[in-house]
Amino acid sequence: MKKIFFFAAVIALSGLAGCGSGGAPSVKIGLNAELTGEMPAVGASSRNAAELFVGQANAAGGLDLGGTKLPIQLIVGDNGAKADQARTVAQRLISQDNVVAMIGPDASSCAIPASIVAETFKCPMISPWSTNSKTTLDEAGKPKHYVFRACFIDPFEARVLAKFVLNNIKATTAAVLYDVASEAPNGQANLFKEVFEQNGGKIVAFETYTTGDRDFFAQLTKIKAQNPEVIFLPAYYNDAAGITRQARQQGITAQFVGSDAWSSPEVITLGGQDIEGSYFCNHYSTEIATPVAKKFVADYTAKYGKAPDDVAALTYDAMGLITEAIRTAGKADRQAVRDALAKIPKYEGVTGTLQFQPGSGDPIKTAVILQIKGGKFVWIANGQP
Amino acid sequence: MKRLLDSVARCRWALPALVAAGFAYTLACEYFPILNDYSEVVLVTVGINIILCASLNLVNGYMGEFSVGHAGFMALGAYASALMTTKWLPTSFFELPLGVLFGGCVAALIGFPLALLSFKTRGDYLAIITLAFLMIVKSAIENISYVGGPRGMTPPVLTTLPWTFFWVVVTVWVIRNLVYSKFGRAITAIREDEIAANAMGVRVREAKILAFVTSSFFGGVAGALYAQVNFFIDPKSFDIVKSTEILVMVYLGGIASLGGSIIGAVIFTVLLQVLQPLGTWRMVILPLILVLLMLFRPRGIMGMRELPWFLPARELFKRPKP
Amino acid sequence: MFFYLAQQTINALQLGSIYALIALGYSMVYGVLVMINFAHGDLFMLGAFACLLLAVLLPVHLPFVVILLLVMLVIGLLGALIERVAYRPLRDAPRVSAIITALGCGLVIENTTLSLSPYPQFLPTLFASRTLSYAGLTVTTLQILIIGVALGLMVGLDLLIRKTGFGMAMRAISFDARTVPLMGIPVNRMISLTFFVGAGLGGAAGMLYGLAYPQISATMGVLIGWKAFIAAVIGGIGSIRGAVLGGFILGGVEVMAVAYLPSTYRDLISYSLLLAILVFKPYGLLGQPPNQKV
Repeated sequence: MKKIFFFAAVIALSGLAGCGSGGAPSVKIGLNAELTGEMPAVGASSRNAAELFVGQANAAGGLDLGGTKLPIQLIVGDNGAKADQARTVAQRLISQDNVVAMIGPDASSCAIPASIVAETFKCPMISPWSTNSKTTLDEAGKPKHYVFRACFIDPFEARVLAKFVLNNIKATTAAVLYDVASEAPNGQANLFKEVFEQNGGKIVAFETYTTGDRDFFAQLTKIKAQNPEVIFLPAYYNDAAGITRQARQQGITAQFVGSDAWSSPEVITLGGQDIEGSYFCNHYSTEIATPVAKKFVADYTAKYGKAPDDVAALTYDAMGLITEAIRTAGKADRQAVRDALAKIPKYEGVTGTLQFQPGSGDPIKTAVILQIKGGKFVWIANGQP
Repeated sequence: MKRLLDSVARCRWALPALVAAGFAYTLACEYFPILNDYSEVVLVTVGINIILCASLNLVNGYMGEFSVGHAGFMALGAYASALMTTKWLPTSFFELPLGVLFGGCVAALIGFPLALLSFKTRGDYLAIITLAFLMIVKSAIENISYVGGPRGMTPPVLTTLPWTFFWVVVTVWVIRNLVYSKFGRAITAIREDEIAANAMGVRVREAKILAFVTSSFFGGVAGALYAQVNFFIDPKSFDIVKSTEILVMVYLGGIASLGGSIIGAVIFTVLLQVLQPLGTWRMVILPLILVLLMLFRPRGIMGMRELPWFLPARELFKRPKP
Repeated sequence: MFFYLAQQTINALQLGSIYALIALGYSMVYGVLVMINFAHGDLFMLGAFACLLLAVLLPVHLPFVVILLLVMLVIGLLGALIERVAYRPLRDAPRVSAIITALGCGLVIENTTLSLSPYPQFLPTLFASRTLSYAGLTVTTLQILIIGVALGLMVGLDLLIRKTGFGMAMRAISFDARTVPLMGIPVNRMISLTFFVGAGLGGAAGMLYGLAYPQISATMGVLIGWKAFIAAVIGGIGSIRGAVLGGFILGGVEVMAVAYLPSTYRDLISYSLLLAILVFKPYGLLGQPPNQKV
């Protein structure tokens, strides 16, 4: 008897699960972010920037859709920095919450599965921070139609970093330590190696670990034995901090160079003294003087009490791009928004000028090299590919 | 009321009717927009979980072992099927069933040596062997770049609701028949007292092999279906956390009970979706429910008992107990 | 060449001693209750968080030893509490139910911590570590401390088991649990004490781990817990010395696999080796096959 009621309750609840979200008319934009898991600071930055943008837009009356002004509703999903969860969240945002477009995910390992969902269900998607080429390319290497990104891509970044190491740091031997299980670090490590060696450098050690590892002593001892001048660490901020600490503990004095995955300020908190002096590549710097950037930095700092990192800046730009596209399209229709997005003329964003080339979801962006000095990110040079 | 339930239970055509109705519903969902895509994926996930539960229940529930490596069989099935559908087979109607069958067979092939290993060890030592097996499978996949290594593969989406339902029915039917056959009795005897069973002439080794191979076959089938619905598989999805989830479902629903497996899988999957707004607190509530359940019903919701529709006629029409 | 090996050995000792401490907790509980306490890995994680709370949130700056003892006390009490609430009622139920309850408890602890602290936290150094260098070998005083504390705790446990009444009671319970109450030993109290000590060791391991790898997160107990469990079984579950041996073997295999082979194969090699050990010695290196009454 009790079992029957139980069963009935379960089925009723599952009916609830099928219901979407109702409410007043609004423009729904989805955010697929890494709020928990390996890199929560990244997801938090994205969410902060998105909420800041939505708050500002709605305070100004909302989004102008062919005459009527509608508020923007931001629907946030947590992908836990895991690929299968990212896919589920994307599916839910697209099919159940009926968002007109999706922002994120930021980590490439999440962005790639989510992008496949977006492409299959023809929902425009902009990843603010994913640099791996596969996000906007399909299996055959051809560009996807509905997936865009707001940042530069790995091949570009690898060239910038390799040239920087060779020309600015003037080092010819390098070691690489990367997370073999994660898309972005894996891609960046391999690309860096390729470009570095093509231009006369020598990779003396090419070691790996896997996501979730905390003990890097064994790999670092191996690297130390090869005595590289530079150690390239294309890792997310939590791993970067851990690795540099342990490396210094072991007495390794090589120069650390990182990728844009380092960019969260958490990396300084977690890395402490050991990460001082390291260089890494980034999408923008708070020291850049364009008026749009300055206003964004001021607004963000006022609302959240800390300076925005590049994830926040790129998310803000992604939101700007999407809303611009929706406004141009005049209606909350995915196909129209996608077409408008592809044709946006130069958009002045926080991270520079954004424009998509025909047939590609990748914008032409510039990179900067930053150094961690005195517990802060300091601009050193502009990236030369 | 009891008499009504009793007569429903004794109704032998109830189960086939339900199956036919289910099939009709899933086919309807295919051709008419009854459910949105997201709900369809949830239902497919429920189906996959039922298959996982039922197959693990065979080894953990009916045979009384403690295998924590089931996600490994799922991984094998998923990757085998993905290989089939992305690289080896052309697109056709038979792509999915062939892929699934291949996935199941590969998993079963690997389940065989595991069965052999189980001859010498029991209990917690077997748990470790299955755990080591799981880690080895995950690590091996990460190192083979033909299947994408740690970055995973993107198999085409082929799993549909009707196919999932079909495989669920097949799984439950096969396992149910196995359990109520001579081998099934052997398996249960092993759980109760292996040495006594051996002494009584029960063919313990064959039973163990059969149980492990069947369990891993269907684990592989579930994995294959999972691959073909998920757009993307990577070794990280098949780690100890996934195995733990399957274990939770099995013990939630009840050990040694097919009805229990179905209930456990449904409750777990649905609750996980419904409690979405709670975020990470869902995974506090669900295990808490499990712990409370264990304290009051240590064998699970339907432990050791069975839905009357699954019992063969001879069990059902026994004389009532005095 | 020699120095490379020596350096990697020090790395292995550090990793191994932490695994050994955690494995001890598993073995102790298994010895008295024939039950695998799957919540142990999460108690380890709580040890690191307890250390964080004590070191950061208390206005008073406490010395290292005091924090260590406090952490062990708190986690030990928590372990005993879990035993009292979740495992004791299931003493007569099938073994598997207790194991699943343990799994559930572990998940509850893990996800509660995750909900309260979704970000990895940074553990401040309680101990100013200096790096000592000798002819190319670098050891930090932190590493020496960790290995030293771990070994000290293990020796202490060994003395506890061999020389005290409590230890004798524990050994008696693992030998024959049903006769022990007839001898006038309060079995329930002894079991609670066993959990207390085992969890305390796990908590200490968590704190040491947090000091060695200063980033702690709510999910750090999961993989380490399962690995330490494997270590305990390799050594022979139920055997204290086996747990220590298993821990060092696991640590050693993991480090040496990276040291001499491409690091991507680390997990594959470690687990295959462990599987091989189990195939040849199914009850672990120092374990006894259980006597089965037919």
